Amino acid sequence: MRILVLIAILLAGGVSAQDLFPTVPQARFDLSTPHPDDIRINHIDYLRHDRDATMRLGDRDIEFSLKDCVDCHAVRGPDAGFVTVESEQHFCRACHEYAAVQIDCFQCHNSLPEVDLDQAGLISDDEMAALSAYLEGLN
Amino acid sequence: MKLPMLNTKKVDPVDIGRRQFLRSGAAAVTVTLAPGVTIMAYGGAAAAGANPATRWGLLIDVNKCASDCNACVTACSTENGWEDTGNPETDPQWIRKIDLHNPETGLDQSLPMMCQHCEDPPCVDVCPTGASFKRPDGIVLVDKHTCIGCRYCIMACPYKARSFVHAPLTGQKAHAPRGQGTVESCTMCVHRVDEGGQPACVEACGTTGNGAMLFGNLNDPESEIAQRLATYASSAVRADLNLNPGVRYTNL
Repeated sequence: MRILVLIAILLAGGVSAQDLFPTVPQARFDLSTPHPDDIRINHIDYLRHDRDATMRLGDRDIEFSLKDCVDCHAVRGPDAGFVTVESEQHFCRACHEYAAVQIDCFQCHNSLPEVDLDQAGLISDDEMAALSAYLEGLN
Repeated sequence: MKLPMLNTKKVDPVDIGRRQFLRSGAAAVTVTLAPGVTIMAYGGAAAAGANPATRWGLLIDVNKCASDCNACVTACSTENGWEDTGNPETDPQWIRKIDLHNPETGLDQSLPMMCQHCEDPPCVDVCPTGASFKRPDGIVLVDKHTCIGCRYCIMACPYKARSFVHAPLTGQKAHAPRGQGTVESCTMCVHRVDEGGQPACVEACGTTGNGAMLFGNLNDPESEIAQRLATYASSAVRADLNLNPGVRYTNL
């Protein structure tokens, strides 16, 4: 209730909901299906579960990997290169600084994408449209 | 008085049932052709992960290994993103070349030394957190998420195959995370092995080296490594310790 009152006061004072929350950089590709709210709350549990599956049992066929997060949520800096976690623009830092939660992952893991997905030969929008048209033609 | 054993409770960190459920979902491919028209294809449930029936191993022919060749060490360094610091006391010990000299016969030999991936690894026995572990397929690894950097495993390893990261690192390889305050060692290039490849050192030894290293499944009688082990005499380093290492040497 108090929070609602606070929000009402802030909104009345000209503070929009946008200003209350951090600006999170968009994913570069629409590859993940889960809802962002779910990921925001549970990402560490998902990552922890799957990291144990990969590391302890050698299961590489996992749904959530830190490598994939880093690859897809890479943010380009002023010099057009990807930024590391040292930069405030880094995807993970946007929320973590807001929530005041320290990120320990990148003491060992690299915060830069391993492959540049822009150059990795992913299917382009035009090719996707052509493929969809072809598949519809088959029906 | 018999001391209680540490680390006797083996907790499987992953709920297998849930994983298989998730995997069955992942194997299904859904293609939406048009609104309302959907094709779903179910792939076969391929057994993912380390196979407990497998035991990965290496066979190193010491006669073929030359003392002036460093191909395996260079390949490992490039593959896993480590480099020597110039201080032998703190240098990473993923793999190193050792030169042997027999003063009685004058025989000079050279061999690579790395984690021997023991069947009964002392590093796993002494680890107080369970970070040091052996995969079902026999590869011995460090779980750096739970490693507290106590370095008991470094003390316990008779091969001096483990090392400690003393300084902060950046620019690690995505497939080989490593960081300050944790212990590291040869992973038998587990990221390559899981994808059906062979370790970087073995590959480099075959291409730019002298073809002294062979990688394979020790448990498969049809594999080349098992057949060579069955045909020729081989030895384990510090065989007296009965650790049954996965790395074997011939002509040593």
